[in-house]
Amino acid sequence: MTTQMAPESMYRSTEGLGVWEHRGKVASVGIGHSPTARRWDGRAETSVGALSIQALRTAIADAGVSPDQVDGLVLVPVTTTGAHWPEDQPVPMDVVNAFNPTDDPLDGVGQLSAEWIIKNMPELTNVKFTMYAPGCMSAAIVVAAQAVGDGLASNCLVLKGWHNLEGRYNHGGISASDEVPGSFAISPGRTLWGAPGCFGTALQFAQYCTKYGKNHDMMAPFMQNSRRNGLLFPEGYWAQHRPEQLTPEDYLSSRWIAKPANLFDNDIPIMVAAAYLFTTADRAQDMAQKPVYILNHASSRGVARSITPTLEEVEAETAATGRKIYEGAGITADDLSFENMYDGFAQFHQFHIEGLRYRGMQPGDALDFYQTDISIEGPNPILSSGGNIGSGRSRFWMHTDCMQQIQGRAGARSLTGVKPEIAVSGGPMPMGGNFTVWSATPD
Amino acid sequence: MVKQGVVPEDLNRPFFEAANEGRLVIQNCSACDRLHFPPRAACDRCGSGDNMEWKQMSGRGKIYNYGVVYDCPVASLKEDLPFNLAAIMLDEDPGILMYSHLPGVPADEVPVGGAVQVIFEATANGQKVPEWQVVT
Ligand SMILES: [Zn+2]
Repeated sequence: MTTQMAPESMYRSTEGLGVWEHRGKVASVGIGHSPTARRWDGRAETSVGALSIQALRTAIADAGVSPDQVDGLVLVPVTTTGAHWPEDQPVPMDVVNAFNPTDDPLDGVGQLSAEWIIKNMPELTNVKFTMYAPGCMSAAIVVAAQAVGDGLASNCLVLKGWHNLEGRYNHGGISASDEVPGSFAISPGRTLWGAPGCFGTALQFAQYCTKYGKNHDMMAPFMQNSRRNGLLFPEGYWAQHRPEQLTPEDYLSSRWIAKPANLFDNDIPIMVAAAYLFTTADRAQDMAQKPVYILNHASSRGVARSITPTLEEVEAETAATGRKIYEGAGITADDLSFENMYDGFAQFHQFHIEGLRYRGMQPGDALDFYQTDISIEGPNPILSSGGNIGSGRSRFWMHTDCMQQIQGRAGARSLTGVKPEIAVSGGPMPMGGNFTVWSATPD
Repeated sequence: MVKQGVVPEDLNRPFFEAANEGRLVIQNCSACDRLHFPPRAACDRCGSGDNMEWKQMSGRGKIYNYGVVYDCPVASLKEDLPFNLAAIMLDEDPGILMYSHLPGVPADEVPVGGAVQVIFEATANGQKVPEWQVVT
């Protein structure tokens, strides 16, 4: 079976598309997470392949379906947090041979193919539809939702796994060389001027502070709230390995990376995998968990005019994303019980929620909003999952939290100030990402 | 601060050759009168690559905003940490941004919105690149 990257036609990336044709007809019914780790320790049972299998089996069991009922698989083949397998290091063949390998020895160690998953989960005897999505779980969710709606699969697994090797990403390779190609020297992102990964967001945040008269200290309540929510997320990295609250003093005294972005404004790369099981609204009635219906998916395809996106470009794009999200779901901002927009970098969460006009926010309002009650107990929860700041970089806590809150199984993290009925999650970037609207009811 | 050496490529060679001559040129679609930076194969407005020309700029701009880099992936810049990294808006079109270390400006003492003038700085292999100085 050859697996293709999802075609652009599966995404809803423009305004004016009307209500999604499959609104309320696709549901998530199973969740599976692997344990987390800071880095891979080199063992077969902790490889990204093993974590992915664990997540998939948990999601299948959680949904209460038998593996032979699964007929679809959507996954992200890229699993790196930034570091690729070093060319001068042999792939550990004992790990490779602990599984049923494919032709590519990096499969299951430094990447994932659909073929590798099927080969190593022999119980999946009826998978007829496989597809790849780029980058993040947010994209895989959108593709799987559209696929189930379109009838390409009935019980479709959705998977994202991450591997994190030793070393700091982007510090080797071209960053260490004496000469660089001209296109690198003046390309967006990594350039001759030594911009670290968070610089583009830090620059937008600096302009945000200049434009609206805000400052970096005003992020502290958001950071504290995110860590608190993350520590209430038993699947997360901080809860499992470093159960430490983050005080405003800790946050504000942290070292700068690219001022106004400090260490905590960057999420921490980890190893983890998660899987979901999507099905049709009809089939969902017979499954073990309360269905979480998908009302819409929307995608952002923002393009910066020049070398880095400006605040003004970001604000225009997030506002357009908000309109797409609501248009396709047939809802307004007032219908959102809570939000789980992306946050890794912390300093762009406010762009996402201002774009959504969450709780009536306009551009420039979010940092003042952060000074009010944004807790899970209050009427205006912000990022109830805690996001990547609260649980490490997976880019999927937000989705899991939307499902768990709506299903009433978010445990100690359960929202008490609002009734969790409709929520939106997604990301990553304000200028480019994929977003999903989740609901307790199909209409 | 000595930046990594630069090896021009076909798409950006006129930009770097002009820099060696002390001129700032930016790609312009003459059909749309639209500037592009970084250089592109085709115009982002009309989609055509047939009318892309190189246009000389005045070399004047303004500081959009800035950050102060304390942790940098580029090995050769690490000894200069922390340093300013600003985005410069060209006076001809503030939608066109270029990066600058703002030589001569102490870290975190950047006049946001202030006027700047282009200069040309040699990188490690002698290839020159545009840099920007605050106009006082
Ligand atoms: Zn044109």
